[in-house]
Amino acid sequence: MDQHGGQGSPHEPTPTIWPVGFAIGIACIFVGLIISKIVLVVGAVLTAIFGFLWIRDATSGLRTVPTQPEEEPEPAPSAPAIPAHKGRPAMPEPGEGEIVRFPRSKLLEATTLGLGGLIGLVVTAPVLGFTILPPFIKQGHPEIDVGAIDDFPENKFVTTTFLINPEQGEVSRRTAYIRNNGLLGDAPSFTILSNRCAHLGCPVQINGLPLKKSSETRDGLVVDRTPTAAAAGFGCPCHGGQYDNEGNRTAGPPVRALDRYEFRIDDGRLMLGKTFSVSEVDGTGADAKIHTYPLAGPGQHVDGIEAWLYPVQPPR
Amino acid sequence: MAKRKPGRKDQMLALLLYPLDWLEERSGLVGGVKYFLFRKVPGDISWGHTLGSASLTAFIVQAVTGVILAMYYKPDPNSAYESIRNITDDLWAGWLVRGMHRWGASVFIILMFLHMGRVFLYGAYKFPRELNWIVGALILVMGMMEGFFGYLLPWDQTAYWATVVGVNLQATGPFVGPFLGDILRGGAEIGPDTLARFYSLHMLVLPGAIIGLIVLHLYLVVRLGVVSPPWSPEAAGGERLGPPPPPRSGLVAPSPRGARRR
Repeated sequence: MDQHGGQGSPHEPTPTIWPVGFAIGIACIFVGLIISKIVLVVGAVLTAIFGFLWIRDATSGLRTVPTQPEEEPEPAPSAPAIPAHKGRPAMPEPGEGEIVRFPRSKLLEATTLGLGGLIGLVVTAPVLGFTILPPFIKQGHPEIDVGAIDDFPENKFVTTTFLINPEQGEVSRRTAYIRNNGLLGDAPSFTILSNRCAHLGCPVQINGLPLKKSSETRDGLVVDRTPTAAAAGFGCPCHGGQYDNEGNRTAGPPVRALDRYEFRIDDGRLMLGKTFSVSEVDGTGADAKIHTYPLAGPGQHVDGIEAWLYPVQPPR
Repeated sequence: MAKRKPGRKDQMLALLLYPLDWLEERSGLVGGVKYFLFRKVPGDISWGHTLGSASLTAFIVQAVTGVILAMYYKPDPNSAYESIRNITDDLWAGWLVRGMHRWGASVFIILMFLHMGRVFLYGAYKFPRELNWIVGALILVMGMMEGFFGYLLPWDQTAYWATVVGVNLQATGPFVGPFLGDILRGGAEIGPDTLARFYSLHMLVLPGAIIGLIVLHLYLVVRLGVVSPPWSPEAAGGERLGPPPPPRSGLVAPSPRGARRR
């Protein structure tokens, strides 16, 4: 069984063919990730099967119990009685340093460990859940009234700030760059960009001259609106990301275009809804084609092969 | 005094030492501390070997000043900045304690790096001390996390945006990144929960973990001993060259009385 023989010699497994199948399975997984789900599943199955066989083969030497030396054959019943100090003992003699244990002490040990583990689980699970789960539950915010349609002059960006979570106070003040694109058909069209940089979340600034600020207080909440003359895109002060007027990245480290707000017109008022992510925008103004994705964090790709790194997004 | 009333000095000393005797008899703690302080080390260790205790001292300074700052700091978005301003400008010596905590944070990290470099260059991470290197590396990582979580607490623009960038950096990690970011922030955006969360991690969770790891680190140092420099003539396990140097009296040597009492 031990071909290398002797103690202290390296205990290497015998050569085996299984890793070849394992490698083919891994390759299928990678190809399947790009091409098709069927190849992916086949690859996963191959990997699992050959991985199991490989592990089984590699650990066969460890799992096999060394065979006991041949026991003395039982003496024939007719043979004369053997002396007490010869033959097999009725119970195995305890080795040196070995403790003889009664079954009930083993039961007690198992009970203590089991109960202790159960109590630990009962105490830890809610605490851990309380630490981790609340950030994923009841996220999002109500619709925000940022003003009447007439407050937003056509084809000018208006820097609008508002409280996204009024009960949290000023820490929840957010900025959106809102441009009235006029009418698309008979519905008003707006471009509403979030100021959260798509690189690492710093506040992007508008490249343009600010005009007179106007403030409006509704339900005790202050909304500030500052129109901008001749905006020339947006820039981030932290790491130099640059965007054009549609939010497309033009330079620097951002991985996609600026996020946008969903909007709704309610009785002539502009209401901001949820934010969503945008990979890029084709065209400009009301006719632009926006490639939308569910909201992703800054620095996370939403399209292309890198998007595979972020397959699941937390609930928003 | 001593000549006129012989034995008086001994009596006074015995009175002074009585509490220590009382403690030693019931706990053995005095002997344990002496074992720790007066254990044998190689004869040719140098100032480089003091970087570890220097790091420990820096950590103790952080712990003490941090506890005191926590008495005045308010981890709430509406009062955090104001409470920091109060500590710095109004309270007596508040600027000093906050400055010690703020600059001491960098000192702690720098000393740990120097200590790490000494251990690396002396080969003191090799068998049987690998585990102690791992424990030390964990302490370094946790020290840096302390820096990250503590940076938000002043709640000014620098703190806020540095944390936005720092958390978003971690949120770009593959697969678990977006979830890690939400857990760190306590939600999708930085808000009141984030500040309280960072405060708890900064002053309860991480210091507790670091203290536990320091205890393990020191236990391993005492158990495995200190390493000579690589150029030492006293090779590991070899005989000491010549007679040991005569014991110096003073702060760093055991007093004869202490030796007798043991």
